[in-house]
Amino acid sequence: MTDDAPAIARAVGTGARTTPGDSPVGQPVKFYQVGSFAAGNRLLDEAHRSVQSTLGRTNSLTSGHRACQGCGEALGARYALDAAMRAAQGRMAVVNATGCLEVFSTPYPETSWQIPWLHSLFGNAPAVATGVAAAYRAKGRDDVRVVGQAGDGGTVDIGFGCLSGMFERNDDVLFICYDNEAYMNTGVQRSGATPPGARTATTEAIGREPGNPFGQGKDMPRLAMAHQIPYVATATVAELHDLEAKVEKAMSLRGARYIHLFVPCPLGWGSAPHDTIRLARLVKECGLFPVFEAEHGEVTSVSKIRRQVPVEDYLRLQTRYRHLFGSSEPGGSEGRPDIVERIQRIADANIRRLGLLDETLDEGPPPDGSGGGLSDRAAAGVL
Amino acid sequence: MFQVRIHGRGGQGVVTAAELLSAAAFAGGLWSQAFPSFGSERTGAPVVAYCRIDDHEIRTREPVVEPDALIVQDVTLIHQVDLFAGLKPEGYVLMNSGRSFEELGLGDLVLRLPRDHMLNVPATELALKHTGRPVPNAVLLGGLAAVSGVVPLDAVRDAITQRFTGSVAEANVAAAQEAYDFVKNEEGVLAHASPD
Amino acid sequence: MLRQIEGSRAVAEVVSMCRPEVVCAYPISPQTHIIEAVGRKVKSGELAPCEFINVESEFAAMSVSIGASAAGARAYTATASQGLLFMIEAVFNAAGLGLPIVMTLANRAIGAPINIWNDHSDAMAVRDSGWVQLFAETNQDAADLHIQAFRLAEEVSLPVMVCMDGYVLTHAVERVDLPGQQEVDSFLPPYVPRQVLDPSEPVSIGAMVGPEAFEEVRYLAHVRQLQALELIPEVAGEFAEHFGRPAGGFVRPYRTEGAETIVVAMGSVLGTIKDTVDALREKGTAVGVLGITSFRPFPGAALRDGLAGAKRVVVVEKAFSIGFGGVLSTDVAMALTGLSIPVSTVVAGLGGRPIMGKSLAAVFVDADHGRLGELTFLDLRKDLIDKELARMADRRRSGPTAENVLRDAQSVLPSLT
Repeated sequence: MTDDAPAIARAVGTGARTTPGDSPVGQPVKFYQVGSFAAGNRLLDEAHRSVQSTLGRTNSLTSGHRACQGCGEALGARYALDAAMRAAQGRMAVVNATGCLEVFSTPYPETSWQIPWLHSLFGNAPAVATGVAAAYRAKGRDDVRVVGQAGDGGTVDIGFGCLSGMFERNDDVLFICYDNEAYMNTGVQRSGATPPGARTATTEAIGREPGNPFGQGKDMPRLAMAHQIPYVATATVAELHDLEAKVEKAMSLRGARYIHLFVPCPLGWGSAPHDTIRLARLVKECGLFPVFEAEHGEVTSVSKIRRQVPVEDYLRLQTRYRHLFGSSEPGGSEGRPDIVERIQRIADANIRRLGLLDETLDEGPPPDGSGGGLSDRAAAGVL
Repeated sequence: MFQVRIHGRGGQGVVTAAELLSAAAFAGGLWSQAFPSFGSERTGAPVVAYCRIDDHEIRTREPVVEPDALIVQDVTLIHQVDLFAGLKPEGYVLMNSGRSFEELGLGDLVLRLPRDHMLNVPATELALKHTGRPVPNAVLLGGLAAVSGVVPLDAVRDAITQRFTGSVAEANVAAAQEAYDFVKNEEGVLAHASPD
Repeated sequence: MLRQIEGSRAVAEVVSMCRPEVVCAYPISPQTHIIEAVGRKVKSGELAPCEFINVESEFAAMSVSIGASAAGARAYTATASQGLLFMIEAVFNAAGLGLPIVMTLANRAIGAPINIWNDHSDAMAVRDSGWVQLFAETNQDAADLHIQAFRLAEEVSLPVMVCMDGYVLTHAVERVDLPGQQEVDSFLPPYVPRQVLDPSEPVSIGAMVGPEAFEEVRYLAHVRQLQALELIPEVAGEFAEHFGRPAGGFVRPYRTEGAETIVVAMGSVLGTIKDTVDALREKGTAVGVLGITSFRPFPGAALRDGLAGAKRVVVVEKAFSIGFGGVLSTDVAMALTGLSIPVSTVVAGLGGRPIMGKSLAAVFVDADHGRLGELTFLDLRKDLIDKELARMADRRRSGPTAENVLRDAQSVLPSLT
């Protein structure tokens, strides 16, 4: 046995290759939407086009991975990392927590990553990213940028301690949370990011209060803001241009930065794969997921709701909320309009707090004293 | 092998005393080993530290249970800790007190040990006088150098100046010197009182 | 240069001379003096380039080390006891990824009941993690083993843990011959990683491996431990030549020639055992001692050679497998398979209980007379055990055991002698 390099690293490491400073030349860039110039905004003026529309995009997460149909996370990761790669001029490393993104991208002996990529554990991606950044700094390679990424479980639950530490030290890492609101990799169990009323395998749609209880969960973007880090942003996979812009903005800064990306999960939510973008749009348009930016703990911009929709439009597309709606079958249930109403109040509170509708801009705290500064999950308990 | 056990309370520099003593022995070309009897760091709690000195490598890691010399930095420990456990019959005792052993209720001890092996030094007063702080550790090492001769005063002085700098070092050296002189003087008085 | 120096400080000195590029620190007794001293060196600029990171937990300490090592930096951290357990997932991960991190383990007991004092329970808990585990007998040893640890780790791409007894060594001030920077530099070349996160040559590290290859990857980890087994004596030999004193290696025999009873142990207790052996030899008892420096990889052949002439073996260890018995003893017995040399286990020094030469001597004499049982707990206070057992038999709600035993123990203070 002369070759004792880890078999896995060698095997998966032989895929993509790049030359120093250049973008990867592993394989031709594919555009999957054919017969249309809409893909990646190619109808726009060149200056306004997305990173994805350029031939120079990295395809950081390239084709052939094993994500489910309609996976919001795979889409989000590709956009976010390609934008980050462009901003970093191809000099970047990514640290990935355990989870769907890690599993579907590196089925042995293959890898879909065309960038330096490290997976260590479920709960330590922020700390590992800190270590990578520290190593580059010690080696005088400040030009190499570091991105950490995890699902919502790896961010708000098991990885929270490490993430908070990374934020608090203001380590030079961009951390991206792909939030699909539950532990999907293990079979759809509740996380600290699961919204109230949602059915998961550990919050079944049974009993007096079906689904996930109200009054629980973490408002991670605001927890990130509380660390006074240089940059916090939320985004959805419905507004990919916005996502790219936020990644670029984040990459223009140093220190700890956080992007919380809303990524629908057809499998876990019981939604149609073709509804992924639609759901991501609706969640913002109904007010349940505010899209905004913050710098050093202060909100600096919000993405306005263009056409407000009731939360029901968003909820009805997902079987995880099916128990909230009545059945037209004879003898079918009447559903739980009261719970839908509670969820609507959460959305309304978000809209008020962040001025997500033009007419509510600059309004003071809500008169009912329902918190004046709580988004969906955290507000759930007091509304 | 010469083994020293130092009793005191957290904040009195007990561990530092053992380390200074070991450094003094090392400076004299000897082997030595200083170590604390460890506990959580709390000011005021009883603390014990040890120092072994020998002319060859010291291998044992036992605590010192049969000391050749005892330094007691805080006499309020008398009723709290078995201070004199295991003390060798020809051992030395150096206590931080301006009172006599009889006044401290230690008359029995006086009968057990050679009279010139037991001395009280008002170390806190000397420390306050020279350093302005009630930390008697370095002072008592001056006293130990005088009473036992296990390390010369010069070595104690060197150990202090290596550990501390500037006025702190100077003040502690002066305090140790005065303790040394105090003990030598007391010994003279004792020798005069009992010329056997 | 000869220095009278605290063990922790000596380790900090040599670790700094090994030029780590990333050092993580999370405080836990009795490791604190080491990382404090390294931290001062980084802050003063004496150790540069080096990133000193105050992390939020031991789990983060090892995780940051993993990231740093994977990005090609020489990474160092230190921990003890509960801290090691808190980072245990990352400890296994570092070894699985083949990252040559060096960590000092200031050996300390594991609770409950919480106890800050020395034993080897922490090191034994990660025995199977894939780390190389070296045990220091003295502070000179601890210093020297760290220099070798970086060499070993980087040559075989495995993490190395240098175990030194908490307080007994970390807080002991004694004579240590510290090398010069140039001496260390010429012994320890710069780190050249086998795998690295390099934008100019992107690789994926840490992918999932299924049943089709997991066994092979694991086997390769074993192969690297076996490579370390070959390398350890080489590095030790080179070290002796370079620095002019012996350190490292597999085992260290002391007065084993003609010994009928050979004691086996690891760490600082070897000093007390050697003194005991000398005393017993003077009285005509044919006893010797074999100290183990490398616990993982386990030097079975060296041990077998060293013990082959004995009539019996007594393993003194500061840990045990609850519900079974000795941990080290099991490995020793395996090494002696087929030699019909009985192995007795003496569990000693748990939670910082002082290991007294007198007690050891009594046990060794018992062994010499063939009276020592398979498993002995040194200086175990049977009165306390019996009291608590009686209490438990007497009533269902007998209360918390640790508190009960402590109360009993304080009512009758034992004499150390």
